[in-house]
Amino acid sequence: MSDTHTPAAPPLYGVMAEFQTADELIAATKAAADAGYTRMDGYSPYAIGEVADHLGFPRSEIGAVMFIGGVCGATLGFFMQTWISVIDYPISIGGKPYWSWPQFIPITWALLVLTASMSGVFGLLALCGLPQPYHPVFNVDRFRRASRDRFFLCIEAADPKFDQVAVKAFLTTLKPDDVAEVPE
Amino acid sequence: MSTAFVESPVRPQPPIDGSYQHPEELLGANHDIATLGDKIADVVVAKPHPKAWWFFFLVGFALLQGLVVGLAWLFYWGTGVWGINQPVAWGLAIVNFVWWIGIGHAGTLISAILLLMHQKWRTSINRFAEAMTLFAVACAGIFPLIHMGRVWMGYWLFPFPNVMAMWPNPRSPLMWDVFAVSTYLTVSLLFWYVGLIPDLAVLRDRSQGKIQRWVYGFFALGWRGSAFHWRRYEKLYLLLAGLSTPLVFSVHTIVSFDFAVAVVPLWHATIFPPFFVAGAVYSGFAMVIWLAVPLRRFYGMKDLITERHIELCARVMLVTGLLVTWGYALEVWMAWYSHSRYEWDTTWQRMWAGPYWWSYWVLIFTNSIFPQLFWFKRFRMNEWWAFAISGSVHIGMWFERYVIVITLTRDHVPGAWGRYAPTIWDYSLMFGSVGLFICLFCLFVRFLPMISITEMREFLPFKQGGRDGHSCMENAK
Repeated sequence: MSDTHTPAAPPLYGVMAEFQTADELIAATKAAADAGYTRMDGYSPYAIGEVADHLGFPRSEIGAVMFIGGVCGATLGFFMQTWISVIDYPISIGGKPYWSWPQFIPITWALLVLTASMSGVFGLLALCGLPQPYHPVFNVDRFRRASRDRFFLCIEAADPKFDQVAVKAFLTTLKPDDVAEVPE
Repeated sequence: MSTAFVESPVRPQPPIDGSYQHPEELLGANHDIATLGDKIADVVVAKPHPKAWWFFFLVGFALLQGLVVGLAWLFYWGTGVWGINQPVAWGLAIVNFVWWIGIGHAGTLISAILLLMHQKWRTSINRFAEAMTLFAVACAGIFPLIHMGRVWMGYWLFPFPNVMAMWPNPRSPLMWDVFAVSTYLTVSLLFWYVGLIPDLAVLRDRSQGKIQRWVYGFFALGWRGSAFHWRRYEKLYLLLAGLSTPLVFSVHTIVSFDFAVAVVPLWHATIFPPFFVAGAVYSGFAMVIWLAVPLRRFYGMKDLITERHIELCARVMLVTGLLVTWGYALEVWMAWYSHSRYEWDTTWQRMWAGPYWWSYWVLIFTNSIFPQLFWFKRFRMNEWWAFAISGSVHIGMWFERYVIVITLTRDHVPGAWGRYAPTIWDYSLMFGSVGLFICLFCLFVRFLPMISITEMREFLPFKQGGRDGHSCMENAK
């Protein structure tokens, strides 16, 4: 979205406010959500559940991803062992039945854990769009402190309510340390 | 408003002089999230490394040559260079395998189980304990592989369609072992890397040079601390912990099945799985103490890894040590109570009449008697005593597996009895694997944050900018 007030400026990704504490970020996110902004993100050096709550992301998809991955892995693992032991290569060991399924459980379990974990990790990367070599927030030099001791709230230009001047004025009312434009 | 680059202000490190009191004694200096992150990150990106690092690395590197030469000789001649024979077909390879994999288990216990149990003290030690797990499992994995003799056929262990139209037998504990150990290594690696991602972003943003910035930036995957990402991340972290918890029990249970499913007297016992798991945790915490003490001393981490941490590790060792001692007692009891002549006679050979009776008593002394000093707070709080007792446990846990394997020299039929003596090549591989572990751990400490920056920041009390604990369970949704 182009800036209507200074037409020559580069396209904006959003406007970002910087806070000193996690509690300020939580309060700011809540205030921004109450003010009707919907396209925004909070950035912090450690996880703060309340920020995601106020951003309208109360529950992630990871649980479902891992459940499905694990069930698929365990099922395939169990049938693989059945197929090996009963159909393709049946060998009699100690007179036990070919389909001695309790003995298939250790490998089934190992494969459940393996596939659930791998789908969780790759699911995280896919859902977060990582690895991502470039992101506009890094254009703000002060954002380096997002991994050190500062907390940021960025209202994005894609927000239907976005207006550069109004957003800046709004963020300033939240008493941040700094408000910066984030070039695209 | 200004968007000009503002260098983060340099903050002096808080003094470690006892003036600061953490309510649970888990922190020794008045850190905030900036000083804490700087302290851990600067070990890697800024400060000259302590000279002691070279000492440890070179010792490890020298030992590592034993592994290199030993492996070359082994691959050239085959397993005949070892002391293995009939009836002792396994020998030191399996002893070292179980010893290493047991050491690995404490890392998972700390990172996963203690997380689920809201144990705050895990936060200072989980990162390097997880690294310990990875490297220990890597060392462990070498031994079953080379024990096959024809190591280039190692891929036969995995089920895959092949021109011989043959499959491995999924009803064999050895096959379970392949899946358990490879799953364990993979999941530990994933868990460790997931935990590292935000810390790698810290290193990226604090890097001094271009290459550092590029390398850490590459592995940080563009992590920017977004609240959406954190939500998924915490859920994943919690679920990985939840999966790793039963995994760690199942892995060592399956390792114990390697023995317990066989019909050898004193192996064929239902006590083996819990007994093995307790022993694994015991030896693993001993290794955690062995790693924590040098980190405290040479890297000045006494404010993050306090005496209280050492004490808590010692308490876990006291409990698990008593569990394994209970296991030793039960072995003898079951042999007697079962009225099985083979069980009882093998016990008698093991404890007194056989040629290796001394190794049983070394095990009892180092594993069950000497560590009882941990009952006294003096010994738990003193890192040198804790170090000495942990060393005793390393020896004891190695002998435990040695005693189990050596049982093969005297079982059912006296006509099948034999003797076993490891050769220099057995020992070169064993100490070589120790060298591999030391080298890998030194490289880890040199290039990655040894303590989790992100989780330690969360762990700080509210007043100091943290969340007073790792609120993974609350954030994970």
